[in-house]
Amino acid sequence: MTVQDVKPGEVLLQVDDISLSFGAVRAISDVSFNILKGEVRAIIGPNGAGKTSMLNCINGFYHPQQGTITYKGQARSQMKPFEAAAQGIGRTFQNVALFRGMSTLDNIMTGRNLKMKSSLFSSMIWWGGAQKEEMEHRRYVEDIIDFLEIEAIRKTPVGRLPYGLQKRVELGRALAAEPELLLLDEPMAGMNLEEKEDMCRFILDVNDEFGTTICLIEHDMGVVMDISDRVMVLDYGGKIGDGVPEEVRADQNVIDAYLGGGH
Amino acid sequence: MTNKDLELDTFPKLIRRNANERPKVPAYREKQYGIWQTYNWKDVYDNSRSLGLGLVELGVKRGDAVAIIGSNRPQLYWVFSASQAVGALPVPLYQDGVAEEIQFVLEHAEAKIVIVEDQEQVDKVLSVMDQCPTIEYIIYKEDRGMRHYDQPFVKSYAEVQELGRAYDQKHPDFYEVEAEKAKGSDIATLMYTSGTTGRPKGVMLSFDNMVTAGRLSSEFENLNENDKVLSYLPMAWVGDHLFSYSQAAQAGFSVNCPENAETVLTDLREIGPTYYFAPPAIFENMLTQMMIRIEDASSIKQKMFHYFVDVAKKCGVEILEGKPVSLVDRLLYKLGDFLVFGPLKNTLGFSQIRVAYTAGAPMGPEVFKFYRSLGLNLKQLYGQTESCAYVCIQNDKDVRSDTVGPPAPGCEIKIDEASGEVLFKSPGAFVGYYKNDEATAEARNSEGWVYTGDAGIMTDDGQLKIIDRAKDVGKLTDGTLFAPQYIENKLKFFPFISEAVCHGADKETVTAFINIDMEAVGNWAERRGISYTSYQDLAGRDEVYAQIKDCVEQVNRDLGIDSELAGAQISRFLVLPKALDADDGELTRTRKVRRRIIAERYGQLIDALFSDVSVVNIESDMTFEDGRKGMLKASVKVANSETYPAMRAAS
Repeated sequence: MTVQDVKPGEVLLQVDDISLSFGAVRAISDVSFNILKGEVRAIIGPNGAGKTSMLNCINGFYHPQQGTITYKGQARSQMKPFEAAAQGIGRTFQNVALFRGMSTLDNIMTGRNLKMKSSLFSSMIWWGGAQKEEMEHRRYVEDIIDFLEIEAIRKTPVGRLPYGLQKRVELGRALAAEPELLLLDEPMAGMNLEEKEDMCRFILDVNDEFGTTICLIEHDMGVVMDISDRVMVLDYGGKIGDGVPEEVRADQNVIDAYLGGGH
Repeated sequence: MTNKDLELDTFPKLIRRNANERPKVPAYREKQYGIWQTYNWKDVYDNSRSLGLGLVELGVKRGDAVAIIGSNRPQLYWVFSASQAVGALPVPLYQDGVAEEIQFVLEHAEAKIVIVEDQEQVDKVLSVMDQCPTIEYIIYKEDRGMRHYDQPFVKSYAEVQELGRAYDQKHPDFYEVEAEKAKGSDIATLMYTSGTTGRPKGVMLSFDNMVTAGRLSSEFENLNENDKVLSYLPMAWVGDHLFSYSQAAQAGFSVNCPENAETVLTDLREIGPTYYFAPPAIFENMLTQMMIRIEDASSIKQKMFHYFVDVAKKCGVEILEGKPVSLVDRLLYKLGDFLVFGPLKNTLGFSQIRVAYTAGAPMGPEVFKFYRSLGLNLKQLYGQTESCAYVCIQNDKDVRSDTVGPPAPGCEIKIDEASGEVLFKSPGAFVGYYKNDEATAEARNSEGWVYTGDAGIMTDDGQLKIIDRAKDVGKLTDGTLFAPQYIENKLKFFPFISEAVCHGADKETVTAFINIDMEAVGNWAERRGISYTSYQDLAGRDEVYAQIKDCVEQVNRDLGIDSELAGAQISRFLVLPKALDADDGELTRTRKVRRRIIAERYGQLIDALFSDVSVVNIESDMTFEDGRKGMLKASVKVANSETYPAMRAAS
């Protein structure tokens, strides 16, 4: 099967009957769901429900023992993270995973890595094509810096930045790869109210301006219900709810899972 | 003045001259995508032309008001020349004003077109459109986020310029003919006062006012096309208009717009302006930052810094002013310049500065001397919107911290004998308040003297000394002169204190509200392992009170030396649980305290200061940073401070 172009509203990613185990621990069991092109899709659930494992399966970091993942009409079995990235799946991490000693600009530039074509030799002498290419990439990165309003920290080593800004830089780096599907793992964890509101705005703006499909894991229910188009709920590795925010909010299984009832 | 200068009586004419005589000289720069983009004088002329004609195409007639809202951007400066050329009246607004402030001005000025920077401002204007029926078009400069706005009256800047270029093809002479119609006596711009006292007033300034003030002040400082200025203060402030528009058009120098408000310090360093202006708060803030950073430095650097700052204190100002200084001091200063002052100025972006001004409010003498002792030619300037910010300028050779200098060329000053108020006559003296003849008549007497509202005295050698706002100066019950701002400025010199409000008129003693500087105090608290959760919590800590008490008592000691003001020492103070904020109406947009509003809102606290209670509970409205309103509930401690007997200075 060949990779198709997916139109807005059509299925971008289809997950069928995924199961993932670590030894005897079953992280995910028989979960199916899909992500439509252009939507903001949230995955929620209590701690240890398998949310991050699910993202890791999608971007090829974990390999589920069972089930298929179909991305843009192409089913895949064993995929490596860099292959997923090359196909347009970007992500950020629960713990900030930036190069702390490097500047914001350089960190975001690393996100362009897959788009760079120059050979090692011409990059080293930085001449001709390599120079031109770097300028184009820098231009793209500057667009992102402008978009995320982080001009003031362009040259600051990220290790010196407050946590909220580091999260924003990480989002910038993921955007630099021009992903079609962006996986955000708890983009708002540990942020104060103002930082959260900023981040919400950026996520919605990314979705709107770049047309990027977003799949996010988040604990803040207010945020999830506000910005997502559809929400899937996991508990103990199984899917217990899926639908628009209002449906999920009213679902008795979901309420039980969160309030501890029924266990 | 030559005949040629006489013809150049409006800004569009000056800009046309610049485009002809120095087309390739940089006029405006802005940072985009991390790179400085330069527009030369030819670009300024071309862009003003296409924009001006675009406005005409949209139906702008002579006399229509064009409002400008946004941060300093070359494209927004061009709105001035574009609308002036086609006979429209530019009205700059403070971009951080809340919707109702903006609504008042748009309504009062009867703006027909509003040109804004970005989506945020578009939304703000859209929210008040119903109250401002005169608005016909909103024009935005920044495309971002504007894709879903399909209202036909919302247009992009580029789109309007495109309309203008098409119009130019059909009517190639129109622009120049219109530009020639303007005379020096026409109103050039309408600038709204920041509203320290009540509603903002629209100050009508003619071309003669602005052009002459710009010309005389440029000549005074020998400004030329090689100068560079960083334009980062609100475009609606007359000072910025004088420096970044009037003087730039006169002298042909370049105006550099920072990327955004947070990058100002980086941009300052990159540009290295030769000519710089900042209100005292910014210099004070930089000094605070500097002191915080020095405390974080290694001990050898700290020692070096303090040693050479002491050397500079001793002889720096004398060296700057070319006065005799002993050889040893001179050598030490040179060494200090190499090791400390030079790198420090470079870090701050002050290496190339020829002239730096401070204006807008009085500056603490200690801060003032500090910068001058580093070799920075910092001078004071005195003026207000009504005078195009041009009444007094200090001479390079005679700069004092306690005066604002002699009357500038072309200006006259006198002190009203009864009230002590400063009056002036100057070429920049305004035409009148827009739609407010009553206020105009109050501000200007029949002989043409304009009342400044500032209390001042003239020194024997003809220098003006400003004490305070005339209406703020009062007396204690025992008759001691009470000049609140004078005391507040002394308090604000301490890095821990960001703002202070003193009370005492018609009372027995002086008391004060203190705002702590979150950064400086927070840093200090962290260093000492004092934990705190919020501004309010930190402000109420006993340790912080003890620090502030030291500052207050130091001020009292200083006041004791000044015989006239010795009786006005601070006997009680409290630290406010929230920072005074322009969003709550407690400060003006230029960060001056609004005493009346503060007195109303914190009446309970003032009563407590003048009683003997030690804790008082208050509730007050406050606006959070995200714009939501909330209630502030706090119990505030009131502390006593030592006062000192008056004594004569040892001099």
